[in-house]
Amino acid sequence: MSFALVDGNNFYVSCERMFNPMLEGKPIVVLSNNDGCVVARSAEVKALGVKMGEPWFKLKALAKRHGILAYSSNYTLYADMSNRMMRVLSTYSPQQEIYSIDECFLGLDGFSPAEFPVMGQRMRQHVKQWVGLPVCVGIAPTKTLAKLANHCAKKDLAGAEGVCDFGQMSAAELDSLFGRIKVGEVWGVGRRLTERLAGLGIVTVRDLRDADAGMLRREFSVVLERTVLELRGFSCLELEELAPAKKQIMSSRSFSACIHTLPELEEAVSTYLARAAEKLRRQGSVAEAVQVFIRTNPFNQNHPQYQQAITVPLTQATSDTVRLTRAALWGLKRIYRPGFAYQKAGVMLMDLHPDGQTQGVLFGTTSPGRPALMQVMDRANARWGRGTLRLAVEGAKKPWQMKRDHMSPAYTTRWEDLPRVN
Amino acid sequence: MKPSIKPTHGGHRPGAGRPKGESTKVIRLPVSLVSAVQSLRAAPTGAQVPSPHATSLKRPLFGHKVRAGFPSPADDYVEAWLDLNELLIEHKDATFFLRASGDSMTGAGIQEGSLLVVDRALEARHGDIVIAVIDGELTVKRLEKRRGKIRLVAENRPMHRSS
Repeated sequence: MSFALVDGNNFYVSCERMFNPMLEGKPIVVLSNNDGCVVARSAEVKALGVKMGEPWFKLKALAKRHGILAYSSNYTLYADMSNRMMRVLSTYSPQQEIYSIDECFLGLDGFSPAEFPVMGQRMRQHVKQWVGLPVCVGIAPTKTLAKLANHCAKKDLAGAEGVCDFGQMSAAELDSLFGRIKVGEVWGVGRRLTERLAGLGIVTVRDLRDADAGMLRREFSVVLERTVLELRGFSCLELEELAPAKKQIMSSRSFSACIHTLPELEEAVSTYLARAAEKLRRQGSVAEAVQVFIRTNPFNQNHPQYQQAITVPLTQATSDTVRLTRAALWGLKRIYRPGFAYQKAGVMLMDLHPDGQTQGVLFGTTSPGRPALMQVMDRANARWGRGTLRLAVEGAKKPWQMKRDHMSPAYTTRWEDLPRVN
Repeated sequence: MKPSIKPTHGGHRPGAGRPKGESTKVIRLPVSLVSAVQSLRAAPTGAQVPSPHATSLKRPLFGHKVRAGFPSPADDYVEAWLDLNELLIEHKDATFFLRASGDSMTGAGIQEGSLLVVDRALEARHGDIVIAVIDGELTVKRLEKRRGKIRLVAENRPMHRSS
């Protein structure tokens, strides 16, 4: 078995550039929700030393000096572009695991290994021509190695023209390559782990590959042992072609400005809950409990701090927005304290299982909720936009809603927003 | 005689009062839906107003004419559904919609506001109408490839010169 990992280069930035060619060659960043932190950087911005996750307000001076342009994340656009890219790539293999919005694994079973590099080039050109996005391809016998090969292709450490196939390299070449890459680039090795490994003298990918796997399992985890085996070319991780149904569904946001009163929090919580309940119904599940949490801004140390969460169990599992909202608001009332500036709230639907496999109630009678009403709501909202049909408690103006001041148009999904050509 | 004072309150307000004719009902709408509902009301009774968010519209294609008055003898003869997407879109994932502005391509039938269906999967050849990028701007023009040279040509000369 061999795997290819195909990954979009600066995916969000590339999506923005595709419809606004003026941005080509200019330093641009895409910001997280509420225009908080940098979540994507163009090559020009990376060259200026801007790190991933840096808060935008800290960058304003630098941005002014170098003319960095900032965009709010336009997830509608990115999701559409991602779907196109994934469908194009799915024509290369019957086995595809969509790992994130901008990357997927392909199983290369049954293809001749000699053809892999050519196949990789074809994928690159195909995605570039059809969807307009640049991608890099990493090919190797395990998923962990394919990820690393992709990193090498992107940084031009090995391979050629955005495709790196470890299968084409000799043991000696790989040895020297792995000796030059920091262990933190390995899939699943985060910053903390990197520090701890450094304490053991494990600094490069080669150090990790050649470390005592049994010792690593005892000292760290079976997961790290598996990573080591994968680096040696033994495939331990299979393709996960079907995303498993989620065990819990979370919906939370920071507010554009802090809010203080219970009614405002109720609006926010019921809006997030409606979103989560819709997702719940889409995967055909019901929830047995709802968790609500609220918190102040932990970075604002001059103000009094408060955070609290509460889990409200339901007598009967449901996916009915009205019932779930009632439970969430009941919980919210119990944890709300006046006199604080709240910055974030969220809900989590818990103990999910497929609809129809639920326990009856011991006291009282079972009632099925209102599946027909929910269906109508979901359909209307899918057709005319989110929030067309909603509970009144969600409010109308929602002044606390996300700040997205630098958002590009929904170029591919809204008639009014189509790009204009002269 | 008393001087006449123009009242600032009360009196006639345009649009006030119960409308005549069919009885009405007040409903609350999200602002984004108002224009859709108004266009629905402006349409003649019974007319079908397409939703701005409709995705596909399929019509049955019959092999022969239908006679009225009987249980349709044509039922067994439904041959296919006509789908505009099928006609206009060959490579779904490579197809983007753009809106034309300006009059540089009126000679090719592209007017201000025309909807352009653009297929990126196609190789641009001599004589094709293409979307190109010039100085960071998207533009629609006729492509000319001659003796290794590439030209983008506007098509807005009047077709018939008036004498």
